Amino acid sequence: MSFTIARTLDEALAALAAGARPIAGGTDLVVGARHGKAPLPADLVAIDRIPGLAEVTVTAAGITIGAAVSHHTLEGHPLIASTYSALADGSALVGSPATRHVGTLGGNIMNASPAMDTGAGLTVLGAEVELRAQAGSRRVTLADLWTAPGRTSARPDELCVAVHVPTPAPRSGSAYLRLEYRRAMEIAVVGAAAAVTLAPDGSVAAVRVALSAVAPTILSLGGLETLAGGSVNDVAAAVAAAASQQATPISDVRATDHYRRHTVGVMARRAVAAAARRAAGETIAIPVNRSIGIGAAS
Amino acid sequence: MSESISLRVNGIDYPVTIDQGRNLLSVIRTEVGLTGTKEGCDDCECGACMVLLDGQPINSCSYLAVQAQGREITTVEGVLQGDALHPLQRNLLEEGGVQCGFCTPGMIMSATALLQRTPAPTEEEVRIGLSGNLCRCTGYSKIVQAVQRTAAELADS
Ligand SMILES: Cc1cc2nc3c(=O)[nH]c(=O)nc-3n(C[C@H](O)[C@H](O)[C@H](O)COP(=O)(O)OP(=O)(O)OC[C@H]3O[C@@H](n4cnc5c(N)ncnc54)[C@H](O)[C@@H]3O)c2cc1C
Ligand code: FES
Ligand code: FES
Repeated sequence: MSFTIARTLDEALAALAAGARPIAGGTDLVVGARHGKAPLPADLVAIDRIPGLAEVTVTAAGITIGAAVSHHTLEGHPLIASTYSALADGSALVGSPATRHVGTLGGNIMNASPAMDTGAGLTVLGAEVELRAQAGSRRVTLADLWTAPGRTSARPDELCVAVHVPTPAPRSGSAYLRLEYRRAMEIAVVGAAAAVTLAPDGSVAAVRVALSAVAPTILSLGGLETLAGGSVNDVAAAVAAAASQQATPISDVRATDHYRRHTVGVMARRAVAAAARRAAGETIAIPVNRSIGIGAAS
Repeated sequence: MSESISLRVNGIDYPVTIDQGRNLLSVIRTEVGLTGTKEGCDDCECGACMVLLDGQPINSCSYLAVQAQGREITTVEGVLQGDALHPLQRNLLEEGGVQCGFCTPGMIMSATALLQRTPAPTEEEVRIGLSGNLCRCTGYSKIVQAVQRTAAELADS
């Protein structure tokens, strides 16, 4: 058994190559182990103190978010709130202030829960994940990364070092919202993210939608290309129908499959509407869940 | 396997020899010997175990003690101002925000972190700031009032 606090990326990659598992905030790993989901890995390497891994950098192509950036940083980051809003909407809903301070974006993505709150937003924003091992690094799309609940295509020696998100087209907006029974310490019953680009006449030029908690992995809605040119209301209605149709939810303690299938359509419609308002230049405070009143009042 | 490490709690370094799987809460209570921090659910749900790590709230029941090496840990014992109560503690008592008191240390740590980053919080901001802390007695309103009164007092002083 060993616990190493990596001071450099090379140290962390060497530890992974030797068989250690990464721990960032531990809010999934430690809590899961304490629940008996999986025993705590014998060898752990902490990646929360690697210089640069917790930074958000603006690049020519968009932004690069270090894997160890916390949800707290994401929800309060002005550029992410204004331009990559669906991600900020998701991070702002995670757990409690404590969960958001220690919980990281890399941990959320690599934990690969279909109910994760950043996954749908990152999907509609077209994000790619950078995985690095000692031998080098590669970029994968989110669709290629998530293979099943709790499973990714990353090799054990690969560390997620960053998430790259391209700059959205002009007149674009995005939003993520989830159905929740409580306003904190909650897991999405269902969730939906939308990214909308408006044409100069106010019609929808492009729309992308992804759903959480209704399939084994985050579900990217297919067949939306044909909706281009429609009004926001018509597109939102068509997206709602497509979401309910393409979802393959399960029943569990939180909701029945039937209820999930219905409500994910409602969430998808609202996500399109909120994204379109943002695309038109309106500021809707992060998280959009609170701004439009989802979740029981306090 | 046991490891000898040092943990800095309320400005004092404590050498401890612990298993790598031990949670910070149990180490603070039984090795360091500070019992102000409470164990409620022991499952990252209730917030009774809240402490600050470099000034930010964490659920110490679900955080590995070995991962807190090199960080500043603050517990409820660390908010006392000499022998005097912190204004937040006094206001919780005066507003009726304490009944059984079991949630109080965690509430104080979450509220301390909140007031650090948001010195004049709205009621909504206080409720979000305390949203990881459950209280089974007070109904929350008096706790929220105590935090807002503290913010106002600290702004005046
Ligand atoms: C009370 C509570 C409430 C929560 N609420 C929510 C919620 O509302 N929404 C939500 O989405 N999640 C929620 N979570 C889950 C969790 O907080 C998030 O998924 C968080 O982002 C995980 O990040 P972490 O840094 O703590 O991950 P860790 O627990 O450190 O790691 C998670 C997994 O990812 C691996 N890993 C971590 N970083 C990397 C990396 N850089 N490269 C490769 N692998 C890596 C670890 O080995 C582990 O398998 C909640 C958790 C708790 C305890
Ligand atoms: S004891 Fe840690 S959250 Fe309840
Ligand atoms: S005072 Fe009893 S739990 Fe809060």
